Amino acid sequence: MRIEDFDIALSPLPGAAPVWHADVDAAEWRQVCQQVYDKGGRLVALWGSDRRELTRGFVVHATLVIRFGLVWLTLSAEHEAYPGIDDIFPVASRMQRALGDLLGIYPHHPQDARPWLRHDAWPADHYPLRKDFDGSVVHPAAVQDYPFVTVEGDGVHEIAVGPVHAGTIEPSHFRFSVIGEKILRLEQRLGYTHKGVEKLFETMTLEKGAQLAGRISGDSTVAYAWAYAMAAESAVGMTPPGRALWLRALLLERERLANHLGDLGALGNDAGLAFGLAQFSCLKEDLLRTNAALFGHRYLMDSIVPGGVAKDLDETGAARLMAELDALDQTVTRLRNIYDDHAGLQDRFIGAGRVAPELAVRLGLCGLAGRASAQAWDLRAQFPVVPYDALDVRMATHRNGDVAARVTVRFDEVDEAIRLCRLILKEMPGGAIFTTLPKAPDNAIGVGWVEGWRGEVLVALETGTDNRIRRLHPHDPSWQNWPLLEHAALGNIVPDFPLINKSFNLSYSGHDL
Amino acid sequence: MYKIIRQIIQSGIKTETPPGVDDALRCTAQRLQDEILKRLGGALAIRHVDAGSCNGCELEILALSNPYYNLEGLGIHFVASPRHADMLLVTGPVSRHMETALQRTYDAMPEPKLVVAIGDCGCTGGIFGESYASCGRVSNVIPVDVAVPGCPPTPFALMQGILTGIGAGQVV
Repeated sequence: MRIEDFDIALSPLPGAAPVWHADVDAAEWRQVCQQVYDKGGRLVALWGSDRRELTRGFVVHATLVIRFGLVWLTLSAEHEAYPGIDDIFPVASRMQRALGDLLGIYPHHPQDARPWLRHDAWPADHYPLRKDFDGSVVHPAAVQDYPFVTVEGDGVHEIAVGPVHAGTIEPSHFRFSVIGEKILRLEQRLGYTHKGVEKLFETMTLEKGAQLAGRISGDSTVAYAWAYAMAAESAVGMTPPGRALWLRALLLERERLANHLGDLGALGNDAGLAFGLAQFSCLKEDLLRTNAALFGHRYLMDSIVPGGVAKDLDETGAARLMAELDALDQTVTRLRNIYDDHAGLQDRFIGAGRVAPELAVRLGLCGLAGRASAQAWDLRAQFPVVPYDALDVRMATHRNGDVAARVTVRFDEVDEAIRLCRLILKEMPGGAIFTTLPKAPDNAIGVGWVEGWRGEVLVALETGTDNRIRRLHPHDPSWQNWPLLEHAALGNIVPDFPLINKSFNLSYSGHDL
Repeated sequence: MYKIIRQIIQSGIKTETPPGVDDALRCTAQRLQDEILKRLGGALAIRHVDAGSCNGCELEILALSNPYYNLEGLGIHFVASPRHADMLLVTGPVSRHMETALQRTYDAMPEPKLVVAIGDCGCTGGIFGESYASCGRVSNVIPVDVAVPGCPPTPFALMQGILTGIGAGQVV
């Protein structure tokens, strides 16, 4: 599908990501969504903003990905309502519910009208993202029962888990309906870590916002910081120096390595092989220590700033990274052999938590989990920005969609990240690493779109006056993948759930905002 | 099995047992163990609650169990129920949606109990502060004995925080 196939006026946005924007009416809104779905495209994000002060009332935004890039639609929500798209893209359902909670804009015929991110911190008739909502005012707890879907029948019972889980995990509530040990239904309730991130952005300047962006989901701080910087650079229409972009890719691949190594260890452990956790957690720790020594932070927080990167890499540092990659490469190959040959481990991995490709495409599974279910989307390969356009990224995919497939994709992506890091270290141009960002034009828009280790992170920015943020929406790939986890667990036994959950390893904080 | 054993031997013992007496980690580790032996009969049980963190602090808490820090080797382990815990580690600014859950977890712990607030957010509310959605620092919700700053604090700082908590003497 090409850009000319749409009957709407799309204008390209400046910046690194291939994004086209259009203001649409209600009919075009649904028509474009349907067209994109029919041609195999996906919904990336749905959110809204309060533009009453710009006399545009409330608007709803959607970003859709097709083969040539990202289409950003903006629709005026007249009478605080809009035509929903959850019948076209089921994944839109939770985003529409969140939009209702935060902005008070509702779809005409929602398939699910329950609140999503709002529990009891603010009343149902108050909307935090409206400009007349004072974010510093505390509301008395408005406790409300949440109607979970119940499963009835002989021998069916419920297991309620969370929000405090039995380990070092983020909070959420899982409601299992089981018969014996078998899961008949899983329903998630998220929103426990909602801490007002989007409202907070609106009190910040573009410069200050970078810090907050790096703390939306700590394990993806590089991906978010880059997406944020890309959005800011797109809004002001500037490109950072080449070396800065190459360094950003190096940091992003190191974040991918650290997380994949950690997950591979944890997955071994969850399947009963503590040896795997011990080995992989050492590899991860080595990587983090090198990060701290060379870039000043174990997880690389605040390393990427709008306009470039914070710290350069000298020759000694590059040589150290190269040596570390060699050692890592050898050890991972040995460990992969052990995992592959381990009958007990493979018995737990194979067939567990399966998401068939047909279901994955219908529900819009994305990122790493998507690639394990034959959803071949990877921004680094399909829409490569500098320096990925020079690196020829090889996308890792698998068809089985089970825990074993997600393990395989992780191993393949570790190999590829090692190759990319080596290539970056070899080919990186010299020069400056930072250019000061000029003042942003008022009421400009910008988009950042980055393939983090979990999947695609999107940051959509609207500037206000005086270099301030009027609205910023960060979108985590977990929005797409959480609903699939409900499906993946079906028919499995409850004790396999932690393993299945870990194989997705989704973000709670990045989703709850 | 042969490959696993070979890999284990090849890796060697990673747990940091530095040679010199002036090494800070060794001092800490040894003092920590002494304190635990003296006050808690050889084991400290910790329950962790994420009260709204960005998950950065969770990464470092998990790192405590890797062979380098080997927290379990010191007699410290994480438990699944607050009813089994001596110490509560709390990360994050406390989101208003987690306020009740955190309070209930604290109430479920047997006396005497210790609370260690983790990270800049746990100590001060951090970048998230107090708002319609966030209660800010942990001590705004439950009493806190020790606060460990950092974004996120390093595993080493976390170990020191736990030691300071035991040293505070409230468990005796």
